[in-house]
Amino acid sequence: MSAPLSNFPGGLKLRGHKKRSTQQPIRKTPLSKQLVLPLQQHIGAAAVPIVEVGDNVLKGQRIARAEGHVSVCLHAPTSGVVSAIGEHAIPHPSGLSAPCITIETDGEDRWIEREQIADFRQHSAHELRQIIRDAGIVGLGGAGFPSFIKLNPGVHHTVETLLINGAECEPYITCDDMLMRERADGILDGVEIMLFALRASRCILAIEDNKPEAIAAIRYALTGRPHLSQTEIVIVPTRYPTGGEKQLIQVVTGKQVPTNKLPIDIGIVCHNPGTAYAVGRAILHGEPLISRVVTVTGTDVPHAGNFETLFGTPIKDLLDFCETKRQPDEPFIQGGPMMGYSLAGDDLPITKTANCILVGVDDVAPPAQPLPCIRCGDCADVCPASLLPQQLYWYSRAKDFEQTRNYNLFDCIECGCCDYVCPSKIPLVSYFRFSKTEIMNQQREQQKADLARERHESRLARLEREKQEKEERQRQRKAALAASKAAKAKEESTTNAESADSVNEEKA
Amino acid sequence: MPIFRLSPPFLAGANRVTLQMLQVLVALVPAVIAMTYYFGPGVLINVTLAVVVALIAEAVMLKLRHRPLKPFLSDGSAAVTAILLALAIPPLSPWWMTVIGVTFAIIFAKHLYGGLGYNPFNPAMVGYVLLLISFPLEMTTWLPVQSIAEQPMGWLSALQLIFTGQFNGLGIDAYSGATPLDAMKTQIVLDRHPEFISSQELFGMVGGLGWEWINIWFALGGIWLIYRKVISWHVPVAMILALLIISSITTLIDPTVSGSPLFHLLSGGTMLGAFFIATDPVSGSTTLKGRIVFGAGVGILTYVIRIWGGYPDGVAFAVILMNMLVPLIDYYTQPRVYGGATR
Repeated sequence: MSAPLSNFPGGLKLRGHKKRSTQQPIRKTPLSKQLVLPLQQHIGAAAVPIVEVGDNVLKGQRIARAEGHVSVCLHAPTSGVVSAIGEHAIPHPSGLSAPCITIETDGEDRWIEREQIADFRQHSAHELRQIIRDAGIVGLGGAGFPSFIKLNPGVHHTVETLLINGAECEPYITCDDMLMRERADGILDGVEIMLFALRASRCILAIEDNKPEAIAAIRYALTGRPHLSQTEIVIVPTRYPTGGEKQLIQVVTGKQVPTNKLPIDIGIVCHNPGTAYAVGRAILHGEPLISRVVTVTGTDVPHAGNFETLFGTPIKDLLDFCETKRQPDEPFIQGGPMMGYSLAGDDLPITKTANCILVGVDDVAPPAQPLPCIRCGDCADVCPASLLPQQLYWYSRAKDFEQTRNYNLFDCIECGCCDYVCPSKIPLVSYFRFSKTEIMNQQREQQKADLARERHESRLARLEREKQEKEERQRQRKAALAASKAAKAKEESTTNAESADSVNEEKA
Repeated sequence: MPIFRLSPPFLAGANRVTLQMLQVLVALVPAVIAMTYYFGPGVLINVTLAVVVALIAEAVMLKLRHRPLKPFLSDGSAAVTAILLALAIPPLSPWWMTVIGVTFAIIFAKHLYGGLGYNPFNPAMVGYVLLLISFPLEMTTWLPVQSIAEQPMGWLSALQLIFTGQFNGLGIDAYSGATPLDAMKTQIVLDRHPEFISSQELFGMVGGLGWEWINIWFALGGIWLIYRKVISWHVPVAMILALLIISSITTLIDPTVSGSPLFHLLSGGTMLGAFFIATDPVSGSTTLKGRIVFGAGVGILTYVIRIWGGYPDGVAFAVILMNMLVPLIDYYTQPRVYGGATR
């Protein structure tokens, strides 16, 4: 039943370096003394604390509620005492801090009472989405978008395909691979729930062909679920960035997501295997999202592997546990080497989107000393979005943002392929990000200016109106005055006339 | 390795400008050997002189423009320009011609436009065209290949002729002869049939004695560059096909117009142009479709100039004319972006 695979333009064959972290099964990171939980670990509005400093919390207890629609709840990853609610450094490229809840752990790891659902089909899709939202589940592939929204087809869409993105195309990262190998059944639990919530007719699990063990594990798990007959594994060629949502959709279905549209507009919803696993745990076991599998790897990590880590665990503890050879202050990468970001300090917590901590890479990009662009066009050859990176670079450099938009800057997915192949070693992605930020700033400024102008114009209009009203009133008053004068004069004249008449009469 | 960059991607491929330029130089080696074999050591003397002059001119310009010397001198681009120009001019060109051509190419065609990456015209061809227009006589006096020359060229004679213009009391005229392309052109004016012309010894098997092998070696070097992904196949294939098609059509219509299509493919600067000149990324088109248009344009113009123009070969003019059209070509050949957005 599977259709022949399609292809996306460009892309790269990168060395995977995956075996480095797949030699050992997923291990549990030891419990840290202190867990720091940023209130915003997802796209959307930050959660709002519902505990106070000094409160005792249990493992899995909700400690912050979702605020607004695009938001999810936050839970205590273990039992302990809330010791602080306030600013703490967060793993963000800006190096800024943000509001966090800090928990001193008590080492007992006592669970709150869990409500397990044996047969989720007894519940409505809406109820399931609510549980998933309350369980704090977000996309675990790296973006962190609240999952319950992506499980809601709404009234305007029909979802045909649920696509589980097990491509994991970035080098070094193996957390999805290991999860699929070891917890295939749990992933399929989540897949069943997702299919039910989306009313989708079929599910495709797309896995790159460099993960035979994961493919075998999922295939075996599928044999135990004959009712999942509409679920199939699609083995996709290993090529970066196959795991990009748009690229994977093109490979698997041959369709492209139209510009400014979402996959759901062409009947596809894409989720990460880790997210599916979390959904299964939340519904069937009543466990909110309090931990994730994190790959810790890199040339400076002798004991690389995958670690089930509680959120809030300091990255330092995790790195110490792996005995990294990291120098103090040596920057490391959160995420993959192509699209992740560098962090400087290690006093930062593991969050829901932390799929990989990477310390030291092979084939490292040199410090920036770029030569001029020689227009070789290699960047365009590898661009999976068929953009012309060197034109975008040219206009970004010239700060001609209008032209960068004409050359479809916002279709750039920042995969870094162009950057990777550039013979002049120009940091192209940095230029594109700069342009995007500038354009968004300009738009904000423009909106502000528009608002100010509107305000100014309406003020002028009001003044004008008031002036006219005033004039109108004056005119009316004048007219009234004139009228009354005229009336008086007439009255006088008539009285005069009358008196004249009377005089005449008298004369007569 | 610890990471250096502060923003992604943190990985980089092995590709470097210098590496590309070096591979271009390597790909030229077989053809240079062939040219030396057929035309004597003058070829090597020209190449050496051109490279030295180019590096000096490059260094002076970098100094004047307050640019760092090391990264730009070592990028290899000046050497590539110099060697391409040296291979395009006659093997016994007087030394001052090489100097003028190379300095003009580096200073005017490259650095006055902003240096590496910013030149709209192929510098080597600009230098070549300057020489061709200024010194048409010297530029069209080639040598016959060694095997049919009255006196084969040695190192001493070549050196003396290049630097003094004389050897044993004889000027360059005494040693020079027309190229097959030139001979074809002048003899057709005399109403001779191309088939008859081609039967002369000078014309070898198809592309001219020596010339056909030189062209084949250029082509093989170019194919290696394609294999190494230094250049893409689009420009050479488009140029060769266009030249083949237009010459076939004209030959079918009127066989007396010029030599056979194969003659045009393997004579003059066809293969040098197709694989090494028209593929210059800086002055060429950057889109895939654009490269095909660009290459085809060079092929057609080369033929048109050879047949109906005033010069025996037309590659240099064709490349420069197409260079002018690059912004236009690039604008109209943009690929369709993922998701359907077009400009």
